[in-house]
Amino acid sequence: MRNIVGLLCGLVFGVGLAASGITDTAKTLGLLDVLGNWIPDLAFAIGAAACVILLTFSFIMRRENPLMSPRFLLPTTKFINGRLVGGAAIYGIGWGLYGYFPSSAMSSLVYQDWKTAIFLAAMLIGMTLANKIKEN
Amino acid sequence: MLAYITPLTGGMLIGISAFCLFFFLGRIADGGGIVWGAVSAQPDNAWRWLFVVGLVIGPLLYHILLDIPYPQASTLPWWYAAIGGLLIGFGLQLGAGFTSSHGVLRIVWLSVRYLAAAVIFLSTGIATLYVVRYLMPGL
Repeated sequence: MRNIVGLLCGLVFGVGLAASGITDTAKTLGLLDVLGNWIPDLAFAIGAAACVILLTFSFIMRRENPLMSPRFLLPTTKFINGRLVGGAAIYGIGWGLYGYFPSSAMSSLVYQDWKTAIFLAAMLIGMTLANKIKEN
Repeated sequence: MLAYITPLTGGMLIGISAFCLFFFLGRIADGGGIVWGAVSAQPDNAWRWLFVVGLVIGPLLYHILLDIPYPQASTLPWWYAAIGGLLIGFGLQLGAGFTSSHGVLRIVWLSVRYLAAAVIFLSTGIATLYVVRYLMPGL
C-alpha cells in the first residue's frame, strides 16, 4: 500500500509539475526575470499549491500519526545558520543558471534532452559533495 | 487570468500530492530529498523509487493524453546544465532541504527559516539570471 501511495503521489506530482510549467526552463527562468520579460506562471502554481496545503493542514495536524506510518517526519532544525544561508544562496545561483529543480529535472527526462541527464548527474555529485562537507 | 488556469491547476495537483504523501506516509514531498533518499539506498526505499517513477511517467501522460506539446528544449550550453545541477544539488543538501512543497509546507508553519532561505535563493537567482542574460549574454 505504501508503495502504491508513493507511485500515485509521484504521478500526480509529475503531472502537476508539467501543467505548472515547472518543467519548462523558459518559465522557471522567466519567474526570475523581474527586470525584463517576467513570466509569472510559477507564482500562480506555487500560490495554488500553498493554498491546498493551507486548507488541508489543520485537517492533517488533528491526527496523531500518518495513516500508514508510525509518525510524521519533519525537519527538526529551526535555526538560521551559515549552512542554510550559504546553501540557499548557492541553490538560487543554480536556479538562475539553468532553471531546473531536482524534481522538475527528473520529470523532464521524458523530453529526452541529454542536457537534463547532465543536470541530474551533476546534481547528485553536488549532493554527495555537500554531504561530505557536512560530515566533517 | 484564463492563461493561468493551467499553472493554477498544476499547483493544486502538487499541493494534493504533497498532502497525500504527508497524510498517508508522514513524508514531505520534497523532490530533491526523495531522489537523494532513493539513490543513497536508505531503508524502506521502495516508495521513494516509485515516487521517482511517477515523477517521470506523470508528465508523459500529461503531454500524451492531453496532446500538449513538450516545452521547448533549453538553448543554454550543456555546461550551464552541469554547473546549475551541481549548485542546486550542493546548495539543497547543504541547507538540508528547504524548497519545493517542502518549502510550501514550511511557509504554512510560518517557519522563519524557510522564508529566510526563500528570500536568499530568490535574490541570488534573480541576480544570477540578470548577470547571465543581460550583462554577459555571450557567456
